[in-house]
Amino acid sequence: MTTTTQLPAQPKAPVKPGRILLYVFLTLTALVWLVPIVGAVFSSFRPFSETVRDGYISFPDTLTLDNYKNAWNQGDILRKYWNTWLILAPALVLTLFFSSMVAFAASRYSWKFNIFFLVLFTAGNLLPQQIIIQPLFQMYNRVELPSFLSNSGKLNGSTWGLILIHVAFQSGFCTFVLSNYMKLLPKSLNEAARIDGAGVWTLYWQIIMPLTRPALAALATLEFTWIYNDFFWAVVLEQQGADRPITSSLANLGGEFFTDDNLIAAASVYVALPTIVVYLALQKQFIAGLTLGADKG
Amino acid sequence: MATAEADVPTAALKVERGKKAPQFKGRDRWVFYAMVGIPTGLHVLLVWVPTVGSIFLSFTDWKGIRFSDITWVGLRNYNQIFTVFEKDFFQALINNTVLLVFLFLGPTLFGMFLAYSLDKSIKGTRLYQSVFYTPVVLSLAVVGFMWQSVIYSTENGLATQLFGGGEPVDWLGNQSFLISFGDTYGISKNFAAILIAIAWRHAGYIMVLYLAGLKSVDNSLKEAASIDGANEWQTFRLVTFPTLKPINVVVAVITVIEALRAFDIIFVLNTPRKTEVLSILTTNNLLGEGGGNVGRGSAYATILFLLCLGFVIWYVTNHYKSTEEGAES
Repeated sequence: MTTTTQLPAQPKAPVKPGRILLYVFLTLTALVWLVPIVGAVFSSFRPFSETVRDGYISFPDTLTLDNYKNAWNQGDILRKYWNTWLILAPALVLTLFFSSMVAFAASRYSWKFNIFFLVLFTAGNLLPQQIIIQPLFQMYNRVELPSFLSNSGKLNGSTWGLILIHVAFQSGFCTFVLSNYMKLLPKSLNEAARIDGAGVWTLYWQIIMPLTRPALAALATLEFTWIYNDFFWAVVLEQQGADRPITSSLANLGGEFFTDDNLIAAASVYVALPTIVVYLALQKQFIAGLTLGADKG
Repeated sequence: MATAEADVPTAALKVERGKKAPQFKGRDRWVFYAMVGIPTGLHVLLVWVPTVGSIFLSFTDWKGIRFSDITWVGLRNYNQIFTVFEKDFFQALINNTVLLVFLFLGPTLFGMFLAYSLDKSIKGTRLYQSVFYTPVVLSLAVVGFMWQSVIYSTENGLATQLFGGGEPVDWLGNQSFLISFGDTYGISKNFAAILIAIAWRHAGYIMVLYLAGLKSVDNSLKEAASIDGANEWQTFRLVTFPTLKPINVVVAVITVIEALRAFDIIFVLNTPRKTEVLSILTTNNLLGEGGGNVGRGSAYATILFLLCLGFVIWYVTNHYKSTEEGAES
């Protein structure tokens, strides 16, 4: 049952040629923008022999899952996903936990060094990773771990090493964003908590953290992608190919296993898929996370 | 315990005043110290100690074996970089600079323009945004992988089909200069190909940041300007752009840092030469054939550090000065 009310024809503003041009420009640009992704998906479903014969831009004769099957087996994709997850999940939780504590202490209390701590974390987050890597690598090489914790017997080459560096490095950005957010919560919350006899931890965990949930959700989405997308740390600190998380295993997949471009395309889709799914599902959080960071110049 | 309890009233007053350390009763103090101390300890240990370590090690010839082997060699690593490895170093420096300038003039301006266009109450603006932003959620490593197979494949890549004129083109292997600076240095063709792929990802990032900024620009200001007879460009330049200053600062920092950090895509495409950037030179002295040269690797790292130090200081002082003022007033 639809009730459509016939409105008197609104006097339409004449469509300016400028606007048409704008739509044409945006649509064309969007189409060009999609080419690498759509191209990768498209060619990943085709046998390479056919692409060679007819070229990339051609009507497909055969659509097949063979590339996905081969990439899955040869690239050991399931194991690589699992490796990623073992690093990503703890790193994500710890990053948010650690940075929210520092942000809380620095933004909810006024003390001598609070700006110093914030500057330390903010500046740390802006350093290129390569500045850190030589001494970090040497440090990791010298920390022994029992063999049930690490295949290599060291922090270097272990899941733990990667988790720790992610937490240390990413907490820079998160502390910065969370302190900006927590600062805006009413000051009277501290006062009320004190009058009620609530301690520091109660104020943090039961009052401030629930109110910070939007920022935490936004950061979690963003950090998921950033940690998932890490390439550098894992390439250097996890040199055993089989133990690498998925993104950094691209470094050996290319040469070792994948001989044809359509297989490479299928592997790219495997690597790209989780972040694209998370982005499309949580778009709002995602963009909120970025702009929270940019909110205060 | 009893004395700590007795201190509470005065302590409580002090928290809100001045900049002294907040004073808590017994347990709370340790909770507070732990909350700040543990995360900071980890951050300092794994980020700042190695940074200082790089600077220190850059003056040594350490090979990374035993601590007792560390010998002070003064500026020798730097000297070598500027003489023996001169070609590699300056080409990398040029590549980083080209990347920086290119990011600003290309995708940053383009991203700003996209945001400006999408801000004009466009139908389906969400869809456009999603399309432009999708590449940003991909790592540069996977961007490289994707472009390698779809666009830059020598025999049948899209770029070859469209611009190759029926001939195979080795987009990622062609080291000849597109633009040369003298005989030795220049922008190689394979580096230019990589730049395009980086731009594809960077533009969407910038667009999102500016879109958020543009939403906060007061429309009445723009209207006032147009009533005063300003055309669109004048309105943008004199009204919109200045109010975007906070975003401009963030975008500038992100672009500079991205240009100095660039690593993944160049590493994954593993093109023969002429595409090196400073981060690659640092890492080459750690992995693979040149591995174990901690001293020289650290010297490259220190140069990288000095290059970004200025921007970091500028950004951080800029941000916290305004925060301080905000807090005081």
